[in-house]
Amino acid sequence: MDSELIRVIAFLVGIIAFAALNAAYLVWLERKGAAHIQRRIGPKEVGPFGLLQPMVDGIKLMTKQILIPDGVDPVLFRLAPILAMVPAIMSFVTIPFSETLVARNINVGLLMIFAFASVNVLALLLGGWASNNKYAVISAARAVSQNIAYEIPMLITVITMVMITGTLNLNEIVAQQPNISQWYIFRFSASPLMPVAFLIFFICSLAETNRAPFDLGEAESELVAGFHTEYSSMGFGLFFMGEYANIVIGCSLAVVLFLGGWQDPFGLYPGVWWFLLKLYLLIFTVIWIRWTFPRTQFYGLLNLSWKILIPVSMFNLLLTAGFLKVF
Amino acid sequence: MDNAATNNQETFVLNVGPQHPATHGVLRLKLTLDGEYVVRAEPVLGYIHRMHEKMGENRTWAQFMPNTGRMDYLSALSYNHGYAAAVERAMGITVPERAEYLRVITVELNRISSHLVWFGAYLLDLGGFTPLLYAFDDREKILNLLESVTGSRLTYCYFRFGGVYNDIDENFVDGVKEFIKTMRRSLPMYHNLVSKNIILLKRLKDIGPISRETIRKYGATGPVARGSGVDYDVRKNEPYSVYPEFDFEVPVYHEGDSMARYMVRMDEIEQSMRIIEQALDKLPAGPVMAAKTPRIIKPPKGDYYQAVEAARGSFGVRIVSDGTNTAYRLKLRSPSFSNLSLFSAVSEGMLLADALALLGSLDLVIPEIDR
Repeated sequence: MDSELIRVIAFLVGIIAFAALNAAYLVWLERKGAAHIQRRIGPKEVGPFGLLQPMVDGIKLMTKQILIPDGVDPVLFRLAPILAMVPAIMSFVTIPFSETLVARNINVGLLMIFAFASVNVLALLLGGWASNNKYAVISAARAVSQNIAYEIPMLITVITMVMITGTLNLNEIVAQQPNISQWYIFRFSASPLMPVAFLIFFICSLAETNRAPFDLGEAESELVAGFHTEYSSMGFGLFFMGEYANIVIGCSLAVVLFLGGWQDPFGLYPGVWWFLLKLYLLIFTVIWIRWTFPRTQFYGLLNLSWKILIPVSMFNLLLTAGFLKVF
Repeated sequence: MDNAATNNQETFVLNVGPQHPATHGVLRLKLTLDGEYVVRAEPVLGYIHRMHEKMGENRTWAQFMPNTGRMDYLSALSYNHGYAAAVERAMGITVPERAEYLRVITVELNRISSHLVWFGAYLLDLGGFTPLLYAFDDREKILNLLESVTGSRLTYCYFRFGGVYNDIDENFVDGVKEFIKTMRRSLPMYHNLVSKNIILLKRLKDIGPISRETIRKYGATGPVARGSGVDYDVRKNEPYSVYPEFDFEVPVYHEGDSMARYMVRMDEIEQSMRIIEQALDKLPAGPVMAAKTPRIIKPPKGDYYQAVEAARGSFGVRIVSDGTNTAYRLKLRSPSFSNLSLFSAVSEGMLLADALALLGSLDLVIPEIDR
C-alpha cells in the first residue's frame, strides 16, 4: 500500500474519532459548565467527575429502538440525520490543526467548508419536513430562514477576509499571522473594523449552528424539540452530534481566520496545542452564552441580521476595499 | 391578518398541550395558526377538574380546609386564608391578633415563593434556563421556614377557624429575618442580570398589551390587572385581616405589556418583604387560636362572601349555608380562570413565541382554573 492511501485512511479515522469524541465530551463540558453557572454539581456519578457519562449516554442511545412513526417519509426521515453529521465531518478535512496536521491542504479549503456547511441546513429542513409533525415543520421553516439570514453577513465577512489574505487556503491564512499583533482580529492596517468583523463572524456562526440565544429551531417552550421531535435513538444522536461538530467547525474557522490558528501568540512554539487551546476557549464562550441569555424572538433575530449585521459587514467590505486600494 | 382569518385554507391547528413544556400543567391550547401568526386561540380546560366546589357540599366545613391548599398549590396559604376568613365571617368568630399577624406573615412568605416560581418558570419559557435554579434556591429557604411552622412544604393546611394551628418560635423569626436579608441581595441581582437584559427587554416590552377595558371586561385581577394600570388590590381596596395596619404600596404599571406584569411581580416581592418586616416588629403576644371556637362548625343560615388577595389575584369564597354541618353551596372565584379568559382575545394576531410569552406572563396555575 502506498503511503498516501495510509495517510488518507489515518486521517479519515482520526477525523471521525475527533468529531465523535468532541461531540461526546462537549456534551459533558456543556453539562458541567451549565451546572457550575447554575450553582449545581453536574454529572459526577459515572467515573471521576462524571467523565464516563458521555460513553454511557452513547451506549444508551445506540441500544434504543429507532421509532419510525406512521406517515413519515421513510427515505428522507432516515437520510436527514446522516446529512446532519456527514458534512460536519467532511468540513474537518481542510481544517489545519497544525502546520502539517491537515488532512487535505486544498487551495479552496475555505470555500469547501462553506459548501458543506450549507448542506447542514438541508438536513434540518428534511428532518422537519419528513417527520410529518407540525412542530417539526415550523422548526424547519425557522431554521431555514435563520440560516439564510445569517449566511449572508457571514459570507460577506469571509469575502472581506479573502480580500485581505488573498487566498482561500486555510494553512496559508494561518501562516500570515505569526504573532498576536498580526492576528487578523487585531490587523488594524487592513481595516479598523477587524474586531467587529470577528464579532459578526462569531454571532453568525452561533446562529448558523442554531445555538442559544438563536436556538429558535428547537425552542422547547414553543416547539417541544423542534425538528428532531420525532427522532429517537441514534437518529436523535446524530442530530445532536452534528450540532456539536458544527460548533467545533464554526469555532475552528474563527480561530483560523482571526486568531492565528496554530500560531503561538508570541511566535515561539507554534503547534497543535495553541489551536486546541484557542478552539476550546471559543467553545467555552459558546456554552457560557447559552446558559446566560434567554432566547431571542424570531423577528428580533432577523432584524439583527438584516438591519445591523449585513449593513455593518457591507460597510466593512467597502472600507477594506478602500484600504487595500489606498495602501 | 384579516385575509388569513377569512381564508381557511391558509391556516392549520396546532395543539399546545395538554402535555407541552409551555403550559406548566394540563392546560390545552388549540391554536389556529397562519404560518406563525395566531389567528385564533382557544384554551381547553377541565383536564384536572376535581369538583372541589361539589366536595365542599359533601364534606364538613373543617374537612374542606385541606382542599383549599390543593387548588392553587403555589400560594396555598392565601386559599387557606380566604376559606377560613369566609367561614369565620359566617360564624362571627374573632381571630386573636397574634394569629392574624401569623397569617399575614405566612401568606406573604408564600406570595414571595409563588412569585419566585413564576420568575424562574417564565424565564424558562423565554429560553433562559439559569434563573430558574437561582429562584428555586431562594424559594427553598421559604419552604424550609414554612415547613417548620406548618408541617408541609407545598399544599399547606395551616389555618384553622379561629386562628392558626401552630405558633412560631424564635428560630422562625430569625430565619425570616435572615431570608429577607438574602432576598434583598438577590433581588437587585435578578434586576441587573435578568430585567435589564436586552434580549429579555426586546421580548417583553410592548408584547401582549392588555388594555384596561379588556381587564374590566374579563374580570382579571392581581398582577395582570395591576400591570395594565388597574389599581386594585383586595388588601387595600377591601381590607381584611390586619393588612390596614401595615404600610405598603401596591405596585401599578400602566404599560399593560408583559414587561409591566413582570415588574409588578418583582416589585411585589419587595412589598411583601416590607409587610413581613413590619409584622415581625409589631408581633403581639397572646394565643394563636380563639378561645371560644365551637367544636362543631355550623354557620347560621345565610349567604357570605370573603375575598383575599392571592398571588395571582382576587380569590373569593362565597358560602351559602343552610345551617347544617356542610355547605349548601360553595362557590370559589379563582383569579387564574379570569386571567386566562382574556388570552384568546389578546393573543389574536400575535406570533407563536409572543403568544406563549403572554401566556407565561399571566402566571397560570391550572388546578386552580379547573378546580
